[in-house]
Amino acid sequence: MVELSHDSRPIIGRGPPLTAYFLTLAAISVGLMTADHRYHQIDRIREALSRVIYPMQRAVDFPFRATDWVTGSFADRSRLRQENLALTTRLRLANLQLQRFAVLEEENRRLREMRANSAGIAEKVLVASILNVDLDPFRHRVLLDKGAADGVFKDQAVLDGDGIFGQVSKVNASTAEVILISDAEHAIPVQSNRSGVRTIAVGTGDQHKLSLPFVTVESDLQTGDLLLSTGMGGVFPAGYPVAQVSKVKRAGSTFALVEAKPTARLDQAREVLLVWFKPPADPAPAGRRRRTIRAARCAGRQPATATPPAQAGGE
Amino acid sequence: MFARRLLYWISMAAGLVLAIVPLPGWLDPVRPDLALLAMIYFVLTSPRIAGLGYAWLSGLFLDVLRGMVLGQHALGFLVVGYLTHKLQLRMRMFPIVQQAVIVMLLLGLYHFLMFWIDGLTGHGFTGWVRWLPVLSGALLWPLVVALGDSLTRRSS
Repeated sequence: MVELSHDSRPIIGRGPPLTAYFLTLAAISVGLMTADHRYHQIDRIREALSRVIYPMQRAVDFPFRATDWVTGSFADRSRLRQENLALTTRLRLANLQLQRFAVLEEENRRLREMRANSAGIAEKVLVASILNVDLDPFRHRVLLDKGAADGVFKDQAVLDGDGIFGQVSKVNASTAEVILISDAEHAIPVQSNRSGVRTIAVGTGDQHKLSLPFVTVESDLQTGDLLLSTGMGGVFPAGYPVAQVSKVKRAGSTFALVEAKPTARLDQAREVLLVWFKPPADPAPAGRRRRTIRAARCAGRQPATATPPAQAGGE
Repeated sequence: MFARRLLYWISMAAGLVLAIVPLPGWLDPVRPDLALLAMIYFVLTSPRIAGLGYAWLSGLFLDVLRGMVLGQHALGFLVVGYLTHKLQLRMRMFPIVQQAVIVMLLLGLYHFLMFWIDGLTGHGFTGWVRWLPVLSGALLWPLVVALGDSLTRRSS
């Protein structure tokens, strides 16, 4: 029986047999995936490819930017006047608050200096705009127009005018990918402004909702509580608003059902701030802690565990 | 020949650009994989020029564009390209509707692979919405063929 070949490339110079070629490329793909996912080894390849890709991303972003520019420069006079008036009023109010804050900041710095802990306050910021590019409909990621060339680094905190926005997940030469706090893979340590309860806010995949899965029934959280970043983990600066508790349901026996609404405008922001700050020092350095434990052992007692039961379970 | 090659690279770039153009929220999950459809079309009509390397490379660029694990879309494109290559003698004989059905199967396989790798790397999203591009892609296939035919006729 005669069988037709499926390989219809030219006979001369056709390269390796089709199946062998396929298997080689497939093996390379699997190798790349493993290297990327497990060992984070191929950032250089990704960066080289991203240079080729960059003009495409710019091309997609360009029409939106151009429309913005055109509507901005041909806006009618009365609207501009109105906008100007509103902005002036806001500026006056903000300045008024700022005067009070200057005093408070000075006081805060003095107090922190007394505790020899001035860390966790944003020191340098860089404004970055979000490129109008869709990455994946099922993950909350955005692309910024600043990258390694501007000093952006992995895990850098990203804020907008109203609160914490996310953190940098990938850095390319001139762009950076940011994972939003609402992404299902993101979690951030928070603290209630009112009661001081510490917990973790986890993204849900819904841009208007964070979930707080590790809150016990008896912990002091109410609807309307403002959740601030704690600065633990060293990724985010401390004391910035993250979310406002929107729902507390104490139904189960151990954990309450708590939801919060992010204060940052995750779906509307066009421009965000990249933040540099000094990571907070470890409150109890390892050496000192070991000594305390040893002292406690010498005294014939077990050192008290610091972990509350709420953090231990929950999965 | 050169014009034909240029056309392939340009349509690859166009497919990739259309993969990241912002769409209104409800339309975003339906977005068909135009880069993949273009690749299938070219492998089908001119397997001598558009081969597996072409398929693999367009997948790799898509990975970088979307910030996925490097190699994920590349593997998907490669598998679809290989199967198309194997099936092309038969597929070229098929009427357009039957072709669209085969394309739907290929797209389904592709999205299953993506789903699987997503699960392995921990990005699993399990909603049924995920499978909409399979349908939209198959529905768009006749249009892709019409557009591709008119373009290649002009360039050759």
